[in-house]
Amino acid sequence: MINTLIGDIGHASVIVAFVAAIVSSYAYFMASRAAVEATGDTSWRKLARGAFYVHGAAVFMVIFALFNIIYEHRYEYYYAWSHSSNHLAVHYMISCFWEGQEGSFLLWIFWHVLLGFVLIRGGKKNKEWEAPVMGIFSFVQLFLTSMILGVVIGDLKIGSSPFILMRDFMTDAPVFAMDPNFVPQDGTGLNPLLQNYWMVIHPPTLFLGFAATLVPFAFAMAGLWKNKFSEWIRPALPWAHFAAVSLGIGIMMGAYWAYETLNFGGYWNWDPVENAVYIPWLVLIGAIHTMIAYRRGKSGLKASFILVITSFILILYATFLTRSGILGNASVHSFTDLGLSGQLFAYLGAFAVLAIVLLVYKWKQIPTSEKELSTYSGEFWVFIGAIVLCLAAFQVLFTTSIPVYNSFLGFFGIESNAALPADQIAHYTKFQLWAGVGVAILTGIGQLLWWRKSDKGGFTEAIMLPGMLTLLFASLIIVLSKLGVIGNETIDNPVYIILLVASLFAVFANLSIILNLLHKKVTLSGGAVSHIGIALMLIGILFSSGYSNIVSENTSGLVYSREFPEEINRDNVLLWRNAPVEMDKYTVSYHGQFQEVEGVPGYVNRELLFPTADEYKAIARGRIQAGDKVYFEIGDTLNLESPENTYYEVQYKEREGDKTFTLYPRAQVNPNMGLLASPDIKHFADKDLYTHVSSVPDPNEEKDWGDLKEYELAAGDTIILNDYVAQFNGAEVIKTVPGIALKEGDIAVQADVKIFGERKTYHAHPVLIYKDGMAGYYPEVVGDLGLRMTLLNVDPEQGKFKFGVNTTQKDYIILKAMEKPFVNILWIGTIVMSIGFVMAIVRRNKEGGTPKAAKKPKKNKEVQAA
Amino acid sequence: MKKTHIIGILVIAVAIVIIMSSVGDASTYVSFGEAIERSEDGDMTKVHVVGRLKKDPQGHIVGMNYDPLVDPNYFTFMLVDTNRYEQKVVYFNPKPQDFERSEQVVITGNMQNNVFVADKILLKCPSKYTENEVQANTASL
Repeated sequence: MINTLIGDIGHASVIVAFVAAIVSSYAYFMASRAAVEATGDTSWRKLARGAFYVHGAAVFMVIFALFNIIYEHRYEYYYAWSHSSNHLAVHYMISCFWEGQEGSFLLWIFWHVLLGFVLIRGGKKNKEWEAPVMGIFSFVQLFLTSMILGVVIGDLKIGSSPFILMRDFMTDAPVFAMDPNFVPQDGTGLNPLLQNYWMVIHPPTLFLGFAATLVPFAFAMAGLWKNKFSEWIRPALPWAHFAAVSLGIGIMMGAYWAYETLNFGGYWNWDPVENAVYIPWLVLIGAIHTMIAYRRGKSGLKASFILVITSFILILYATFLTRSGILGNASVHSFTDLGLSGQLFAYLGAFAVLAIVLLVYKWKQIPTSEKELSTYSGEFWVFIGAIVLCLAAFQVLFTTSIPVYNSFLGFFGIESNAALPADQIAHYTKFQLWAGVGVAILTGIGQLLWWRKSDKGGFTEAIMLPGMLTLLFASLIIVLSKLGVIGNETIDNPVYIILLVASLFAVFANLSIILNLLHKKVTLSGGAVSHIGIALMLIGILFSSGYSNIVSENTSGLVYSREFPEEINRDNVLLWRNAPVEMDKYTVSYHGQFQEVEGVPGYVNRELLFPTADEYKAIARGRIQAGDKVYFEIGDTLNLESPENTYYEVQYKEREGDKTFTLYPRAQVNPNMGLLASPDIKHFADKDLYTHVSSVPDPNEEKDWGDLKEYELAAGDTIILNDYVAQFNGAEVIKTVPGIALKEGDIAVQADVKIFGERKTYHAHPVLIYKDGMAGYYPEVVGDLGLRMTLLNVDPEQGKFKFGVNTTQKDYIILKAMEKPFVNILWIGTIVMSIGFVMAIVRRNKEGGTPKAAKKPKKNKEVQAA
Repeated sequence: MKKTHIIGILVIAVAIVIIMSSVGDASTYVSFGEAIERSEDGDMTKVHVVGRLKKDPQGHIVGMNYDPLVDPNYFTFMLVDTNRYEQKVVYFNPKPQDFERSEQVVITGNMQNNVFVADKILLKCPSKYTENEVQANTASL
């Protein structure tokens, strides 16, 4: 039964939200005019506020409708059908919500609504900002809601509605011609790589960051518009911090997801989609620094305007890049093109033009300070820091935009065949590493100068201790790495040493500032804390990426061709099942395929699971236990959590020492996307061991069983099968066969064959069933040994049993494993940075919330620096 | 000269270095013919080549070789570029699993010893995320 009501409610709500955004932005615009403000007439503002509340309510309604469609499995809607499926867990239904472009727009809109509500409430305190700021907000909402409007006027399609019905989406499908009310039974499911808890929280955090960059932008625009050229900084500053921390955490969550789920062996791949968010983040950090410098030294106002506006426009540019399809070949994971590129370009263009025109128009009126900054002032180094950040952003932007140049030139009929650099990591690292060095040194110097007690003399004094500690620790680390105590390799690359020294200096310099602030006012140390976080992140990146070490180097000596002897890394190793291989300092062995079973912790060997017609159900072939606890008995029906996922048991044993651990890297053969391999990671204090399968025998391909060999055996006979000793213990008539209904008169005979493998003894139980006068063969496959046994015939008079045995190639996997030294420092650094940001937000919010507090310039003079 | 001017000049200088260097690093989409010419000139820079897999009239892929039992890090195949030039390509990694179903293949690398050594393979599959074709199956249930 098609439920068109919920879709109609949703679609109608989108239209209401769109119209309310128009009304709200117009009314706020009217309310912001000087003439209206002077009269004290609040009617426009009341109307605008009301319209924004209506807009918000409509957005909530849209979200409710869309979630209802997903949650209730209403596959008559394309969105549910293409992003969800019957077996999806509830928390992944939330991810389905934003897997599609429309849903992620909706998420972004939702955060804007919430932030708008907060600003309206905050606006009651400083009324003068509400109308212009919210005017910009509503104007942005107008563009965003238009993206999901789904209205067609003539040939013009505005937006793509998430509430489109299957029959309207696939007008050509014959099934809808026959029966317009046809509803598919199941959806096509969520992209398996997105079925990860980080994908439940990463997009909302990232989009919160996206949404929050609008706040400082709206304040900056309001400041320009209402000629309040300097007053906007104070309320905008905590929001800028908030945006930066949400965006930063969002980016790092994405990085962690990639590390845990994808198999490129790291957390950052310089993919255009990643870069698209990294660029505005860098500029936003730069903007925060110039704003803080302005708060203290009254210089840097113009720079603050430029950077705040740029960061927002770069967010729009990121949206354009990832959603318009312009990246095409260049990116692995951008959204599919919904044909919205024109609309996205209009959104980007409208705000870029509006902001730039307004800025240029008012440029002359923006107050500037005439005095030159002294090289010994903290502000000077803050500016240098902001410049380094912007140059770093510019570099990433310039290269990431290469596909855009091609399209742009193509637009004018010029054919361009420029491609992204062949080795992107080397390309970006070449610059970003030095930006990292610059940032690290500047955080140290800038902070020390910012907080120094007296003039010139104080600086030498302040830098002495951190400088000495830095050199001490740096040499210690290098010496320890030479001795092999830290990491696997000696740290001898001069560039890496420079980065290490710079980062350590940043840590110690900022630490000394925190220590000084401890007995003054520790709440002011947010900047120092987040700078320590950044420095730790740099150290973590340096070790985990710079000294990542391939464990699975192919040392078998078997290579296909020796055409290219040197420089080719042979990073993958073939592991036969149960045949240990020496790798680095481990002995590694592969022990078979496992699956997740509902209610059983860990993984269950596939050999214990008898498949049924329903791929989500299996019958236990043996007792299923974990530890000492028995979860299922033979014959029980089990629910499989995700039948498409196979976990490969890989055991590591340290050669020196007895430590053993087991990893379960995952692979899924997906009909649409091929082999999707996800790593399993063993975390140590000083490193991660990262393991994934890079190839497996295609499970959909029938195994190549050798010729059938027949054996006639009596109970107690011993034979050799595929080089293993096997003993036939006997056979019995059984009453029940898992998965098969036996009637009166049917006979089932089960043989018991014991096979002595290398590691353990296996029992094969082939079954022969006489049912309705027909013989049914239920062979037993012993995957570990590459054997298949079939009970072919029973001769009860002679006591002879005829077996058919096929052998096959044993199961194998191709494995890649690497060590990531000190990757934990990167994650710890991220957390430290976030804590620092939160401290700064609390403090800036106190300043920003109460206008009077800022009137005491002496007390608030100490501000954090680069 | 004021300090700001010095900084301004420095910033512009760095920006120019960034642009020049990025232009230098940027790769290009070329045909195999051009890739061969480059290697003959001693130019070992890596290029992108777009092509399709070589297929016989029955639609089977020809010239593909991957035997993990011998060497899991050695995969070769024949790629036909847009000028219909056939070239043997070597990839020192396991074969990407959905390789056979790809419609278009983009490889990055250069010519060495008369074979194209690829260090990156990007596959364009017919329906990677848009499942319009699955409809028929689902509908027939």
